[in-house]
Amino acid sequence: MFKGNFIDNLPKIYGTYTGGFFIFIILMAIAEQAGMTAKTIGILFVAFTVCIYAIIGYLSRTVQVDAYYVAGRQVPTVFNGMATAADWMSGASFVAMAGGIYFGGYTYMAFLVGWTGGYVLVSSLLAPYLRKFGCYTVPDFIGTRYGGNFARFCAVVVLTLASFTYVTAQINATGTIASRALSIPFELGVWVGLVSILLCSMLGGMRAVTWTQVAQYIVLIIAYLIPVFWISNKSGFGFFPHFMLGEEVARLGALESQFGLVKNAAADIKAAGVPGGLKSIAVSHAGVPEGGMAAWKFISLALCMMVGTASLPHILMRYFTTPSVKAARKSVAWSLFFIALLYTSAPMLATLSKISLIDPNLPTGIIGKPIAEIMQIEWVNAWINVKQAFIADFNGDGILQLNEWFMRGDVVVLATPEVAGLPYVISGLVAAGGMAAAMSTADGLILAIANALSHDIYYKIIDPKADVRKRLLVARALLIVIGAAGAYIASMRITSILGAVAWAFDFAMSGLFFPLILGVWWKRATRQGAIAGMIAGLASGTAYLIYVYPKFMGNTPWLGIDHLRFGIIGASVCLVVMVVVSLMTEEPDKATQQMVDEVRVPSGKTILGKQH
Amino acid sequence: MSNKEKHWEKTKGLMIITLIIWFVFGYLIFMFGSDLNTSSFMGYPLAYYMCAQGSIIAFVVLIFWFANRQEKIDEEFGFTEKEDD
Repeated sequence: MFKGNFIDNLPKIYGTYTGGFFIFIILMAIAEQAGMTAKTIGILFVAFTVCIYAIIGYLSRTVQVDAYYVAGRQVPTVFNGMATAADWMSGASFVAMAGGIYFGGYTYMAFLVGWTGGYVLVSSLLAPYLRKFGCYTVPDFIGTRYGGNFARFCAVVVLTLASFTYVTAQINATGTIASRALSIPFELGVWVGLVSILLCSMLGGMRAVTWTQVAQYIVLIIAYLIPVFWISNKSGFGFFPHFMLGEEVARLGALESQFGLVKNAAADIKAAGVPGGLKSIAVSHAGVPEGGMAAWKFISLALCMMVGTASLPHILMRYFTTPSVKAARKSVAWSLFFIALLYTSAPMLATLSKISLIDPNLPTGIIGKPIAEIMQIEWVNAWINVKQAFIADFNGDGILQLNEWFMRGDVVVLATPEVAGLPYVISGLVAAGGMAAAMSTADGLILAIANALSHDIYYKIIDPKADVRKRLLVARALLIVIGAAGAYIASMRITSILGAVAWAFDFAMSGLFFPLILGVWWKRATRQGAIAGMIAGLASGTAYLIYVYPKFMGNTPWLGIDHLRFGIIGASVCLVVMVVVSLMTEEPDKATQQMVDEVRVPSGKTILGKQH
Repeated sequence: MSNKEKHWEKTKGLMIITLIIWFVFGYLIFMFGSDLNTSSFMGYPLAYYMCAQGSIIAFVVLIFWFANRQEKIDEEFGFTEKEDD
């Protein structure tokens, strides 16, 4: 009953859902006017949305293998695009990206180019072919194309390492948001976040994750765009910020030279007692740093993020769920369209936030004003109290200089609505959006790992005779174990969000990128080549990371390839080793070559059966 | 050359063109960031605009274009999928 017309009814279902969410926002706004406290509104926003996701997760429960692993391969193009966008945009994209641009300016925006350009590689090199292959997981492709359990096993290792690096950051983000919105300790927030994540994926696997991700995308994009447009209009910067902030970007440049971009000495920062993770503006917003090295750093970071995108299994597996190869290609385009809606807005939010704070002619401006006066402002006080902002009067003149105002990057998204004087209901909405972003990515990642372990390790290698019931039971048990492991590590607070996220891309590109694309594009690629490439790529990338990362060995990076870019080393080694070993070993057999020929045309049956 | 081989040749050609355009918007223009920034677009410094919006929009359009071109190629060689599958 649910399934039959469900697909045809999707636009109606999600249309109603979106309408319902707007009504909820309006109700909250009315409640705020009626005197409901900010805290209650925050709790209601997060609790209400998480309950909806859990209900969708429950309704999408399944006992079928292909529904569990690939959502029955019936997800329409546009909806798969939305689900991928939610899968893709993590808590870091939502909460930290605008802050990154705020502090890092043009240099940081290499991430924006990198995190979008990768989809060109996904659509032209991989997604349609993997869909034609008909695999359930990414290692499923490696295992079948190259043959043998060992190749499959290596792919699972790379997948697990990359995805697990990523997932702890996501669970960390759900924990931060849950603890802030529900006013509970962070350690508890992490576990609350994990339970919410598992509610969406446990019963229905990929099918449940798909339909909750669509719902999460709708919440997160509304939560991101409403404040950006509202702030721009309210502060008089123009109706459509994307087209109208040129003047403000230029003015930021003028203000930067007026105040001077000062990089504080580490000793001064320490002496003033600035809490960890807080920064002041020291880099130009739109200015391009001079020199070839700066350009190379921009390009190399973008390269790592792009190639990493095309190797991350939780993204690739979203394109296994479309009804056809054609749909998989179109779906990549829609994914990037939905991602672009948020990514093109992040620089606008950063610009709005920066100009509101540093332009002394605006009523919201704080730079260049007496510190005693600024300390009277409510939001300044609130954020200083929770150690998210800080004032250090280095020159002792009692006036706030640009280099004397410190804050955490997240504050840009979380506090700008408040700074611009928007009602609290917007802050509640932003919390719900951040939660949706972090949950949807965590769901995709945990599912990618659990599916690889249950399908590729348990079913394909350990117990090929297991029945469906047992396979799905193992898959679900693994979901819980992996989620719990991620939450446990997140609760120990080891790395900052972005460091860890970039590493996931580098790990994935080191071990998986070339084995995946050469599997389709080079018939001569052999099993031995792929295995050697995966092992050498991952080992060299990891060794280089240990060599350069300041907290490990801390050596000087070679050609500016630092710990965010170690994938360049790993992927290059992987390519060379894979090609050399492939050429040294015997050409793949006829059956394999025919299989590759089959993969290259969209029509006909998938290589692997509908249920396998 | 068989039908399949011809189809693959064209597919490869399209892939290369797509990746060249990708290279231009993803890398080439950013090698000249400081030169770009001397001009402006809609009031934004050009290099800033390209990474804030320009390249991202170019990628979206590129993928839609690529998908349509590839569908045409599949059609030309009779490799279009049946809808009921």
